[in-house]
Amino acid sequence: MEFADLIKTPKLDGVLLYLPDHDNQQATVEGTLCITGHHLLLSARQENTQELWLLHKNIDCVEKKPRLMQNIVTGGIITLKCKDLRIISLEIRYAKEFFNVSSSLEALSAIQNVELEYPFFYRPMYAILEDGYTMFRPELEFGKLISGVGAPSSPNVAAINVCTPSTSTTAAAGSGSGGMIGIPHPLQNGFTMDAAAAVTGGNIPVCEWRITNCNKDFSVCATYGAMLIVPKAITDEQIALSASFRDGGRFPVLSYRHENGATLMRSAQPLSIQGIKRCRADEAILNLVLGRSKKGFIVDTWGKGKSNTETDQHYSQWKKVNRAIGNVSSPASILDSFGKLIDACNDISCTTDKWLSRLENSGWLNLVLNSLNASCVVAQCLDQEGSPVLVHGAKGLDSTLIVTSLVQIILNPDCRTVRGLQALIEREWIQAGHPFASRHRYSCYTPHQTRNKNSGATFVLFLDCIYQLYTQFPCSFEFSTQLLILLFEHSYFSQYGTFLCDSERERHELRVHTRTTSLWSYLNRPDVLQTLLNPLYEPNANVIWPSVAPISLELWSELYLRWVIDQRNIATTMAQIQELVTREKELRTQAIKLRKQALELSQEVLALKNDKDV
Amino acid sequence: MDFTRFMNKFNEIERQLSPTSALRLSFDNISPETEEPPEGNKRLWGVPVPPFVSEKVVSWIEEEFNEAPIYYNGNCVLKKVENVRMIDRYNTKNPTVGTLYLTATHLIFVEPDSNKETWILHMHIANIEKLPLSTTGSPLLIRCKTFLSVTFVIPKDSECHDVYTSLIKLFQPVSINKLYCFNYQPAKDDFPQNAGWDYFKLDAEFKRLRVPNDIWTLCTMNEKYDLCDTYPRQIYVPQEATKLMLISSSRFRSKGRLPALTYLHANKASICRCSQPLSGFSARCLEDEQMLEAIRKTNPNTDYMYVVDTRPRINAIANRAAGKGYENEAFYENIKFHFLGIENIHVQRASLQKVLEACEQKTPTMSGFLNALESSGWLKHIRSVLGTSSFIANAVDKGVSVVVHCSDGWDRTAQVCSLASLMLDPYYRTIKGFQALIEKDWLAFGHKFSERCGHIQTEAREVSPIFTQFLDCTWQLMSQRSDAFEFNERFLLILHDHVHSCQFGTFVGNCEKDRLDLKLAERTYSLWGFMSNHLNEYINPLYKPVMDELIKANLAPQCIKFWRGMYSRFESGIHPREPLGDVLLDSKEHCNSLEDHVQHLTKRIASFKNYISKSAKKLQDATTTKPSKETVSNEIIDNKYNYDKKLSELSAADDDHPLKANNMSFANLSLNSEQTASPNGLTDEITAVAVDWKPMRNVTACSCSTPFDQFSKKTHCWRCGEIFCERCIDKSMALPGQDSGKAVPVCRSCFRTMQKNSP
Repeated sequence: MEFADLIKTPKLDGVLLYLPDHDNQQATVEGTLCITGHHLLLSARQENTQELWLLHKNIDCVEKKPRLMQNIVTGGIITLKCKDLRIISLEIRYAKEFFNVSSSLEALSAIQNVELEYPFFYRPMYAILEDGYTMFRPELEFGKLISGVGAPSSPNVAAINVCTPSTSTTAAAGSGSGGMIGIPHPLQNGFTMDAAAAVTGGNIPVCEWRITNCNKDFSVCATYGAMLIVPKAITDEQIALSASFRDGGRFPVLSYRHENGATLMRSAQPLSIQGIKRCRADEAILNLVLGRSKKGFIVDTWGKGKSNTETDQHYSQWKKVNRAIGNVSSPASILDSFGKLIDACNDISCTTDKWLSRLENSGWLNLVLNSLNASCVVAQCLDQEGSPVLVHGAKGLDSTLIVTSLVQIILNPDCRTVRGLQALIEREWIQAGHPFASRHRYSCYTPHQTRNKNSGATFVLFLDCIYQLYTQFPCSFEFSTQLLILLFEHSYFSQYGTFLCDSERERHELRVHTRTTSLWSYLNRPDVLQTLLNPLYEPNANVIWPSVAPISLELWSELYLRWVIDQRNIATTMAQIQELVTREKELRTQAIKLRKQALELSQEVLALKNDKDV
Repeated sequence: MDFTRFMNKFNEIERQLSPTSALRLSFDNISPETEEPPEGNKRLWGVPVPPFVSEKVVSWIEEEFNEAPIYYNGNCVLKKVENVRMIDRYNTKNPTVGTLYLTATHLIFVEPDSNKETWILHMHIANIEKLPLSTTGSPLLIRCKTFLSVTFVIPKDSECHDVYTSLIKLFQPVSINKLYCFNYQPAKDDFPQNAGWDYFKLDAEFKRLRVPNDIWTLCTMNEKYDLCDTYPRQIYVPQEATKLMLISSSRFRSKGRLPALTYLHANKASICRCSQPLSGFSARCLEDEQMLEAIRKTNPNTDYMYVVDTRPRINAIANRAAGKGYENEAFYENIKFHFLGIENIHVQRASLQKVLEACEQKTPTMSGFLNALESSGWLKHIRSVLGTSSFIANAVDKGVSVVVHCSDGWDRTAQVCSLASLMLDPYYRTIKGFQALIEKDWLAFGHKFSERCGHIQTEAREVSPIFTQFLDCTWQLMSQRSDAFEFNERFLLILHDHVHSCQFGTFVGNCEKDRLDLKLAERTYSLWGFMSNHLNEYINPLYKPVMDELIKANLAPQCIKFWRGMYSRFESGIHPREPLGDVLLDSKEHCNSLEDHVQHLTKRIASFKNYISKSAKKLQDATTTKPSKETVSNEIIDNKYNYDKKLSELSAADDDHPLKANNMSFANLSLNSEQTASPNGLTDEITAVAVDWKPMRNVTACSCSTPFDQFSKKTHCWRCGEIFCERCIDKSMALPGQDSGKAVPVCRSCFRTMQKNSP
C-alpha cells in the first residue's frame, strides 16, 4: 500500500483552522493544508503565525460536519479530536475536498500496519550520543536488581558481588547467552546474593536468583521479554510448567528487590485447567522466594472473586490481600473512566455542582487513589514486614504493572531520577509486555462502541499516580511534570520506536531496535534533559510514603486542562523557582570565593602592617 | 471556688507582679526558659514577690487561696487532669495519653513522651460537646474556629464535667469587655502597645487614591456618626452631592448606609458601596436618585453606570415586603441593574458546616468526599463571590463606575468591594496594601465581626463565615496567580486565626464607632503591630511586583479549588510531605543572608585592596619609583572590579527579582574607610554567617526535642545554619559578617556565643 493512494488531496489552500484557546475563545488561522504520509500540516505561510503539525497517529477521532446549502454539500467542518486531548477544527470550503480530506485523515490515522508508522521513517537530525535501546539492557538492569547495589544512573555495574558459578549446571540456559548480547557478563552464569544480604543485615531470608534465557524464542510466554529473573534453584522445565499454569504464560518473575532483601514478584492469575487447580512447579517457585521468612503476601489487584487466585491449601504461607484498582479493573473500564474525566474537564462552562458530580462520576480519582493505596500496602509489606510479595491481577499486563512500578518509586530513590524512571518504564512496562500498541490505538475521544476491547489508559493512570507522588514530594523527584506529560504524549504518538508494538516479541520480529530511534536517545540529550529537570530536586534516600486520603489527591490540571484553561501560571512558577534556586547556588559560590579572597588579602594587609610596624 | 472572683482578683494581682514573674499570657508559644525572679523579702508560695507589691495583696492571696496554683509554661493552671487521651481523626486507634491543663486563656494538652503540646485558645473554641460515656472515660469533643477538631477522653466523668463547665463559661464571654484582648500582654519587649494602631489611616488610604479631588470630596456630616453610625467618620462623596441629598439618601437606605466611595480607579471609574434602599413596593426618594446620578457624573468617560445588587433577585424581591428592596429601574436614569446571586449569610453558614462534615467523614472515600463537597455548595458560593467581584473589576477596568449593595451592605458588599479592589489595584496585593484594604472595607465601613465570628455570645443565626470566605477567595486568586501577591498562605491563616482569637483589639467591635467607644487603641494591642514583627514569615518568595495590572480570575469550575490548607489544616497526615512554600521561603531567606554577607565581603576586599595599593604607593613614593607603574597596578584592580561587576550584572541580567534593589552596588563602597581595612575580626565575621543551611528535609524535631509537624514554622539560625522551632529562635541580632547590620534570627546558643565575644 502506498500513502499516495490514501492522500487524495495533498494540498489545499484557504482552510480555516480553529485551535482551542483559553478564555472560551478560539484562535483562527487561515492557511494552506498539506497532508503527507504521517503528518497534517497547516501553515498560514506568514512569519509569526501559528502553524499546525500533527502526526496522524495523534488523531483519535475524526468528526465530519458537512455544510449544506439547499441540500447540496458545500464543504464543511472537520473536527479532529486528538490523543493529546486537544480538539481542533478545520473548515473546508469545497465539497470534494471536504470529503477527500476527511476520508484521507480517517484512513491515515487508522493504518494498522506498524511498519508504516512514522518511527520507521523518522531519522533524527542529531548524532545519537547514547543509544536508548542499549541503555537499559535487561542483563544490566537485572544485575542491579539482584545485587541491590549501584544506581541505575551509574554506568559502573562491576560493583556487584558475584560468586563463582559453582551451580551453573542447574542454570540450564545460563551459558551461551553472552553471544546474543555481544558483551559477556559475569552475571549471566548464575550468582548468589548472600554477600549482598550479609551487608544489608543478614537476617532477611535469602533467595538466590539467576537470569534465564528459557524464553529467548518467546515460546514460554509470548508477552515476556527474552531474559527473565527466576529463583536459581528452579529449572527451566519447572518454569515452563509454571507458565502453563498462569494466564498468558506469565509465571512469577522478580520485579524488584528492596534494600532489606524483601522481594517483589509479579505474574498473571493462576488458571484452573480442566479442574486441576495446582501446579507444583509454581508452588516451588513461590516457596523458594519465601526462603526462610514465615509468610509472604499475594496482592490481587483485580478484585475478589473476579480473578482466579491461588488456593490456600497449596500456598499456605502466603496471605492473600485484595486491593482492587477499580470496581472493574479491566483496561477498557479504565479508559471509560478517563474518557468521562476528559469530557468533564473540557466542559468549562458548566456549573460547579455539575463539574464536581461529573468528576466524581468519572471515577478517575478513585482509580488513582486505589492504585496508590494498593502500592502502599505492597510497599509496606516489603519495607516494614520484610516479606516477599507477589502481585497479580488477571492477565498481569495492567493493574499489576501500575502497582509493581509505583512500589518501586515509593521505595527506591533511584526510580525518582530521570534515568531511573526510564529504566523502570523499560523494565516494568515495555519489557514486561504492557501492550502499548493495543491500549493506545484508541483514546478517550473514540466513541465507546468503536473502541476495541483491548483499548486502555493504564499507562495514563500510572503517570497520574506519579504526579500525585510528585505533588506530595515536590523536592524528591529529579524530573519535572513536563517529563510525565512528554511520556504521556509519546506513548500515544511519537517519532520514536520505544512505545511501538505490544511486546518484546513483536519488536524483535520487526527489528524495531535497529530500524527506529529510541525515545531515550532523544530525552537524554543534555539540551533536552535540561528542560525536564526539577529545580527543587534534592536526592532523597528515604521511602516516600504518600497520603492516600481522598482530600490529598489533586486533579492533574496541567495535563487534563491544558488546552482549555490557561496553565501559564505553572510555567511562570517553575521559572521563578528555578531563578530563586539558581540565585541561591550562585550566591553561595560567590560567598565562598569572596571569603577565600578576603582571607588572602587580609594576610597581605597584615604582612604590610607588620612591615610598617617594624 | 468561685471562678470569676478568682479570675478578677488574679488579673488584678497579675498586673501588679512584674512581667518576669510567672504570668505571661500569650497566644504564641511562650519561651520555656524561665528567668530568675528578682530577690525580695516577701515570698508568696515560696516565690519571691517584687518589692512594689504590697503586703496587703500578698496576705490577701495567702488568706484567700490555701494552695499555690499550679503553673504550666508560665500560665496559671485552673485545672490539671492526668491520663487524658487525645483522639484526632486519623489516629483513632492509638490515642496519645497526656496531661490536660486548663488555664484562664488556653486549654493545653501535653504529651510527655513526644514533647508535643497542643494549645487551644478558649476564644478559638466554636463549640464543646460532651459525647456519651465510653469504657475509657468521658469524651469531650471540641471544635475550633481554626478548624481544629479534637476529642479528649477524660478518665473521670466528674472531672470531665468540671472541664466542660469551666470551658462553657470561658469560651464565649457575654460582654465584649471580657474579650481576651483586654487581658493579653505580649511576651516582654515584643512590641509596644501603641504599635500598629496608627499604621493605617483612612484619609491616607484615600489620599493614595487621589481623593479628595475636584470631583470627590470629604463629607464632614458624619463626624459624630450622625449620618450613619456604622460608617467611618470620614466618608467621600461626589462634589456635587448636596447636604440634602446626603441626608435624604441616608434616610432612604437601610441602617443609614448611604452610597459612599470605596475605590477610585486611575481611569476615574469608581466603586461605591451602600445598603439596600427602603423602597418597599412603591417608595421613592428623589434625592437618592440624584445621589446616584451625581456618582455617575463623577466618571465623565461613560454615560451609564452599574448598580450591582449582589443578592439573588428573589431575595431582593422578598425584601420589598419588609419595606426594603431594590432600586426601581424606572426612577433611576442611566443605570444598568444587575442581580448577581450571592446567597445570604445563613446559606453560607450551613454550607461551611457541610464542608467540615465532608472533611470529617469517618471512612473517607473519593466519591464520598466529592459528593459531600458538591452537596455543601461551598465551591459554588466561592465561585459566585469571585464572579461578582470579577464583574465589578472588569466594569471598572473598562471605565464604568459601579455602585454595590446587598441588604445591609456589610457582608456581601464588603466581600465583593474588597475583592474587586484586590483585582484592580496591585497595591492591595502587598502585605501592607492588603491590611489597608481590610482596614477600609471591613473595619471602617463596618462588618459585624462580633456576631459573624461569634466573639461574644450571640444568636447562632448571626454567625457566618463571611470573612473566611473573603480569605478563601483571595487564596483562589493567589493559587491562580502565584506571582501577583506579596503575601503567602500563612499570612491569610494568621489573619483568619486572629480575626477569631480576639487576642488583639483590631477586629473587636463592629464598626469604627464601637472601636472608639471601647478605647481599643489605648487598652489593647494591635494585630498589625504584632504582624509587623513577623513580616518575613508572610513573604511569598515568588512575588514579582507588576504595577497597574488587572488580574482576571478564571471562573471555570475546574479552577475553583478546595482550600485544604485552611479547612483541613490540622490533619497533618494529608498535606504534601515536602511543603513547597516553606522550602522556597527558606531559600529566599538564605539568599538574603548570603547577599548581605557577599556585600560585606566585597566591601572588605575593596578596602583591603585599597590599603595594599596605598601602602604600595607609599612604598613607591618612598623609594621614588616611577608613578606610572602605580597607576597601572591600580588600573588592574579597577578592571578586576569592573569585570566582577559585569559578571554579577550579567548573572542578574534578566532578573526582575524584588531583591534586585538590594543587590550589591559598587557605587557605595567606601574605599577610604581605614576601619574596614583592618584585617582583625575577619575570621569572626566569616564564622558569624552560615554559608550552608541545613536542609529542611528529615528534620523532624527541634534541638529542644519539640517535634515539628505540618504547620510548625522551621527557622534557620543565620549564624550556624541549624534549624529551630519558633520558641527556640526567639533571639535576633546583627551579625558582624553582614553588611546591612540588620537584626537577624539566631539561635540561643549562637546568641550567647556572640554576646560573649562582643565586649
